[in-house]
Parts: sequence; C-alpha cells; structure tokens
Amino acid sequence: MAMLEVKDLEVYYGMIRAIKGISFQVNEGEVIALIGANGAGKTTILHTVTGLLSPKKGSVVFEGRDITKVPAHKIVSLGMAHVPEGRRVFAQLTVYQNLMMGAFTRTDKGEIEESLAAVYKRFPRLEERKNQVAGTLSGGEQQMLAMGRALMSKPRIILMDEPSMGLSPILVNEIFDIIQKVSAGGTTVLLVEQNAKKALSIADRAYVLETGKIVLEGDAKELMNDDSIKKAYLGE
Amino acid sequence: MSFLSYLINGISLGSVYAIIALGYTMVYGIAKMLNFAHGDVIMVGGYAALTMMLSLNAHPLVGVLVAIVVCTVLGITIEAVAYRPLRGAASPLAVLITAIGVSYFLQNVVLLIFGSNPKSFQSVVPLPDLKLADGALTITAETIVTITSCIIIMIVLTTFINKTKTGQAMQAVSEDKGAAQLMGINVNKTIALTFAIGSGLAAVAGVLLCSAYPSLSPYTGSMPGIKAFVAAVFGGIGSIPGAMLGGILLGVIEILAKAYISSQLADAIVFAVLIVVLLVKPTGLLGKPIQEKV
Repeated sequence: MAMLEVKDLEVYYGMIRAIKGISFQVNEGEVIALIGANGAGKTTILHTVTGLLSPKKGSVVFEGRDITKVPAHKIVSLGMAHVPEGRRVFAQLTVYQNLMMGAFTRTDKGEIEESLAAVYKRFPRLEERKNQVAGTLSGGEQQMLAMGRALMSKPRIILMDEPSMGLSPILVNEIFDIIQKVSAGGTTVLLVEQNAKKALSIADRAYVLETGKIVLEGDAKELMNDDSIKKAYLGE
Repeated sequence: MSFLSYLINGISLGSVYAIIALGYTMVYGIAKMLNFAHGDVIMVGGYAALTMMLSLNAHPLVGVLVAIVVCTVLGITIEAVAYRPLRGAASPLAVLITAIGVSYFLQNVVLLIFGSNPKSFQSVVPLPDLKLADGALTITAETIVTITSCIIIMIVLTTFINKTKTGQAMQAVSEDKGAAQLMGINVNKTIALTFAIGSGLAAVAGVLLCSAYPSLSPYTGSMPGIKAFVAAVFGGIGSIPGAMLGGILLGVIEILAKAYISSQLADAIVFAVLIVVLLVKPTGLLGKPIQEKV
C-alpha cells in the first residue's frame, strides 16, 4: 500500500480549475519528484495535501487514513512536514526559535533536544547562527532553516516545494545533497521542482505536470532520457 | 512642582492609553485587523465592575476580577461570532465595518440596560493619596496603581511573548499564518487567545480609567479607544513596546497641552503630533519593517 495516495484531485481557485483531476502515489522510502513549468499546479497540489487548500473533488490518503478534510494544523503531528515555497521562515524569530516552532506539536523535551542536535549536525551553519534573527540569513541559509524546521517535527514524509529556487548552483548542489541524506535517513520525500534535471537526478520516480494534469509519469532515469522531456524541461 | 505633577498625571493617563493600545496592537499584529469595538469593551468592563461593587456590594478587587472575566469572554465571543466568519472575506473592509457595527451594538446594549445617564464610578483603589514635599506634590493612589499596573503588564506580556511556546506561536501566526499552520499551530485558537488577552487588558484599563475619571456612560469607551488607537499607530502598530511608548507619550502630551496651551486644543495637538510623527516616520516610533533578504 502506498504511503501517500492522491486520487482524482480537483482544486479550484474561485471559478478556475487549477488542478484537473490528478492521481499519484508515494511509497515509503521513495524520493518522488513532481516536475513542471511555472503555473502547472505543483505548489497547489502540495498545499492541498497538507490542508492549506481544500479540494473540490478527490481524496488524499496518508498511511491508510483519509486526510482530505483534516485541517492544516493537524497534519504535522501525523508525521507529514511541508517545506513551503519561498522558505517562509519566521523572519522576526531567531534561528533557534524557528527550529523550536518546527517541534511545536511535540512534548518530550529530551527527544526534541535530540532532534535539535541532529539538525545542527546536518546544518552546522544553523548552529553558528542560532541566535540570529532568521530574516537576516542568506537565501541558502533560510532554505536550510526551513528544512531543519520541518525535520524538527520528526516527519516520516517531507514535502519540499522548490528548494532550489533563487539559489546559486553551488548551493543548489548542497541542498540536493542534503535531500538525498534526508532520504537515506529513512524519510520519504515528495519533491516539487522547476529544476527538472536536478530533481530527476535524485528521484526514484517522477510525475510531469502540465496545466493541472499529469502528462507523463515513470522511472526518473527513464524520464531523463525521454526525448519530449529533454526538449521541454532539460534544455537539451 | 506643578510641572512634575502634570508630568505624573500625564504618565498615569498615558499608562491607561498604553494598556488599551496593547489590545489594539496585539490584535492588529496577529489578526491584521483594527478592532474598533475595543474601546467599548473598556466601557463594558467599567459597568461590570460598577455593578459588582454597587449592586452586589463586592470588594473592589472582586469587581476588577469579574470585569476581567466578563471582558475576556466578551472579546472571545465577538471574535468568534463577528470577525472569524469574515476572515477569508475578499475585502478587509468587511471586517472593519463589522467592528464599527460591534462598537455601536455594545454601546446600545449597555444603553438599554443601564440608561444614558452617566453613573458615578467608585474608585477601586481605597488607599490614601501620597503627599510629597510638604504637600506641594500630591500623587493620588489611583495614579500609583495605574502606573504600577502598566509596568507589571508590560513585563509579564513581554516575557510571555518572548519566552513561552504559546507566545512564540503568536509571533509565528502574526508573521505567516500558512507557515504557522504547517508547524501545527492552530491559528483560530491563537487569534482567540489574542482577543482574550487584549479584552482582559481592556477591562483593567476600563477600571483604572473610571477610577481616575469617575464618570461612566455607554460612550465612555469611544474617546479613550480612539486615543489608544492613535497611541498604537504612534508607537508603531503591531509593536508591543511601541504601544507602551506611544500610549505614555500621548498621555503626557495631552496633559501638558491641557495645562500649558489650551484644554480645548489639547486633542487637536495630540492628533497634530501624530500626523507629524507619521510624516517623518510612517511606521511609527518603534515600528521598523525588518530587512529581509530574499
């Protein structure tokens, strides 16, 4: 059984049908990429999965439980974390306070400390800057903070929305390395990216979105060699 | 010596404005709305305390506690019934107009129950005045209690916001409701809590205000409400230290203007100072938009 199963999802913005009936699955341990151009509906899908938007039709099932109508603030304690597009760190809180917000629903102080130590180990830069206000971090550091904050909830699946956006190529490599390490650590990853090449290089499987529909799906390596994908998304 | 006594009176009045302004600024910071009914919650607090003390012969302290409970419940109810359904409204004007409606509603309900005649308020501070410098300087007990309450509220509130998990959740909600929800923070609950705190403080302000100026009518809340709103904007709306500073400065300016310039012009001078401050620093005295790198 799939860990996360999205079925026949339809999402509207007012009268506009942004997501036109899509279905996909994420199995435990996989890295799944949703790729597609700007406006294809990638972010809308993630927002619907974590309850920030409600679908008109369709369902979202996580670990056998229908979470379609579960409000956003109850999602994280089910084991699903979402690193939103544009990082959305709390600019006026310190790095440390941001990380603790990530552990908001957890109560065991000892375990929270362990998670904090693990996040600091993975992102030494965050420990160096733990008392700095998050709004003054660089873009790459904010992305690390957003990821660290999500990991503080000890998720079994992590949804990442455009983690490479606005970052230099070196930083993009660094962020993707970290995503691979998170995956190797046993967390399932659902990755949304415009940088299709990078996303396909670390994903197991991928879905290609165009204007609210899935037009192609399959093994990430095979998709990378697909001629239409090469032309449309890989710039070859 | 008279300057000193005006100054102390100004700080005292300003402390009341500051406590009211805290409610405005916290609600604005978190719910991004101006709760124009906030002034009338003060008035309800005054009537609640007065009713307890006069009709039920309760101890003034009991009166204050009952006023706090009544206003806290009132604040939560107003938010849940009148404002929450409009949170997703297309225009932010909808909730603003509703707030004005709630303001009139509260005034008229109190008018129906208690009538339009001003009631004389019995001070909740049954302590003697403090006479200094051989009686040349008198500080009323109300003044001392008001200023002390203001300082205590400021310290407790700042500690709560910065040191507790709930306080930080409030800051998170004020910055980004969506991201806060992804952390597991219940936004509706957090906003309700903000209204509860703001309205509880309004009750304290109401009782202190009526103790210093012992006349209570259904319209008692409107002018201090507007002045406290000005104080919040003056200090930088959304900023808690800003509300404190704005409130106290406003009180001092008002009393000094009354004493040395003209009591008729005092309010005009207060608003003129606001206009000048906003021209020079549009975010208010302490409201600084944080430099965020992208």
